[in-house]
Amino acid sequence: MTESRGLTLAEKVWNDHLVVKGEDGAPDLLYIDLHLVHEVTSPQAFDGLRLAGRPVRRPDLTIATEDHNTPTLAINRPIADLTSRTQIDTLRNNAREFGVRLHSLGDVEQGIVHVVGPQLGLTMPGITVVCGDSHTSTHGAFGAMAFGIGTSEVEHVLATQTLPLKPFKTMAITVEGTLRPGVTAKDIILAVIAKIGTGGGQGYVLEYRGSAIRNLSMEGRMTICNMSIEAGARAGMVAPDQTTFDYLKGRPHAPAGEDWVEAVEYWKTLQTDETAVFDAEVFLDADTLEPFVTWGTNPGQGVSLSENVPDPSTIIDPNERSNAERALEYMALTANTPMKQIAVDAVFMGSCTNSRIEDLRAFASVIKGQKKADNVRVMVVPGSARVRIEAEAEGIDKIVEDFGAEWRFAGCSMCLGMNPDQLAPGERCASTSNRNFEGRQGKGGRTHLVSPLVAAATAIRGTLSSPWDLEQSPELVTSAAKAV
Amino acid sequence: MEAVSVITGVAAPLKRSNVDTDQIIPAVFLKRVTKTGFEDALFHGWRQDPEFVLNQPAFAGAKVLVAGPDFGTGSSREHAVWALRDFGFAAVLSSRFGDIFRGNSGKQGLLAAQLAESDIEKIWAAVDEQPGREITVDLLSKTVSVGSLTVPFSIDDYTRWRLLEGLDDIGLTLRSEAEITDFESRRQGWRPKTLPVK
Ligand code: SF4
Repeated sequence: MTESRGLTLAEKVWNDHLVVKGEDGAPDLLYIDLHLVHEVTSPQAFDGLRLAGRPVRRPDLTIATEDHNTPTLAINRPIADLTSRTQIDTLRNNAREFGVRLHSLGDVEQGIVHVVGPQLGLTMPGITVVCGDSHTSTHGAFGAMAFGIGTSEVEHVLATQTLPLKPFKTMAITVEGTLRPGVTAKDIILAVIAKIGTGGGQGYVLEYRGSAIRNLSMEGRMTICNMSIEAGARAGMVAPDQTTFDYLKGRPHAPAGEDWVEAVEYWKTLQTDETAVFDAEVFLDADTLEPFVTWGTNPGQGVSLSENVPDPSTIIDPNERSNAERALEYMALTANTPMKQIAVDAVFMGSCTNSRIEDLRAFASVIKGQKKADNVRVMVVPGSARVRIEAEAEGIDKIVEDFGAEWRFAGCSMCLGMNPDQLAPGERCASTSNRNFEGRQGKGGRTHLVSPLVAAATAIRGTLSSPWDLEQSPELVTSAAKAV
Repeated sequence: MEAVSVITGVAAPLKRSNVDTDQIIPAVFLKRVTKTGFEDALFHGWRQDPEFVLNQPAFAGAKVLVAGPDFGTGSSREHAVWALRDFGFAAVLSSRFGDIFRGNSGKQGLLAAQLAESDIEKIWAAVDEQPGREITVDLLSKTVSVGSLTVPFSIDDYTRWRLLEGLDDIGLTLRSEAEITDFESRRQGWRPKTLPVK
């Protein structure tokens, strides 16, 4: 009997956006509140509109930014790579022609699309958000339903502000307990993915719940929701609460006056009902969690930093075993090596997973007054131009430069190496980004996914390290841990 | 998207099986920023060979591609359909299609007609007899005719209806225009707006 069954957060948001309920197995037609656009997945969508003679239906619900291809050095010079330059120029022309708001390189609001939306107060609870980018799941941290779409769907949303969608299943991910100092949101999500696997979330919208999630800042929640896609999920969500409201209040596009009051009243109803039933549930203990790190070539291949490189011969599933063998070969790692003995060539602090102001603060709090390890290249890339300015106002750029690291302009940068920020073949990198796929950060590059605190400790010691390995006042690490 | 009903034009035989989307359009062409103009990219590797069917004068301006089994397998790139369409093809006949390719075709107004393998061979024989001859693909009667030969093809009812009506995904959604407008009129004032810039 389902009569008394309540609704999950995801179901509530879904229902509130139904334009047409699909019948006989047809998809539902859902209204889209906010459409984020960037230069890589939009050109053909705009071209499709042009061919069909269609306008952008709601330019006032659409916003574009340049991020994937943009250089993070010498941003006032023309972009050298022709494909990159063409994509950027095309976006500029399309935005002009179709009347879409665009934040170009050099603009104070330019930055990674998933940093820009929340920063402007456009991302809010109870809305639907789409973008031609898989990490759109980031925005679910506000209690929004946010997911990535393909280029033809981008065109569909530009033309109709709706999407035909089949309902998703729901999965609760409950994280109870208190994180120890030095353990952060990134460690939670890496542990979740290691637990359920990169396909574990397939077909689901994940809802992160429990005391450890409630105690996270918005930045931490964004880090977690961001990587939902790496577990195969369509989206990740956190129910809105006072932390959410406090973060939003006063931002440029957040509701104000009467609208604010009405909005908060509604947002408070966006909790999963006690009588609701999830299609699947997963539990994680925050008390025992340690700083986490990946050893392989997918985000699910991770262990606690205090453990060893796994031994494939102990893996029972033959598929997983051969995956692990191949990953170790690519990563040039030997089974049973302690993770902490692995030396890195580079540290990348950035990406839509961890490039917000609190991430930079956490990183800076660990490296302050220290010098980076000699043979390690360290790059710090703020998520948006505004984050960069904010960080500079706090002196973070100084701390970074005194440390011996590079302080760059905003963009996706070495998260995917579409611009010149790339690893050389064979180089090993501790990266705060979200994907450790083969060649993701540059052909032949080897990626270990880590938190900003682990990135900082690794940059100091030159080997994969946790903040616990540093001889440093525990308060510093504690306050840094609180920050993210 | 233009409605499709009866297609008449030159038939080009592509006597190969397992033509995947990488062969239809190689990955290097995916960097482009337009949705049209892919005619030069179609079968780019094979067209370097002057003997390739599409390089033969008899098949200039071909509208119907008659392919071997398992056409359009592999990567999901929509560009494969764009390239065929831009080259001038309105229909592709095969005894089996890659699923995603078939789905993408229906959405972009390219008729992917599934025939018995023996019927494909009969069409090839008829075309071999008289290269450059015209062929008719009739979506209303779901038949293909060439000379005195008429054979049936299959296509799912939903895709057939969309092609006959000329409805792409967007066109389909815009049939609910009234519902969308009504939904918009009820949208609360607190919901996000990107304009005016604040
Ligand atoms: S930072 Fe990386 S993951 Fe995020 S949007 Fe850019 S490329 Fe994608």
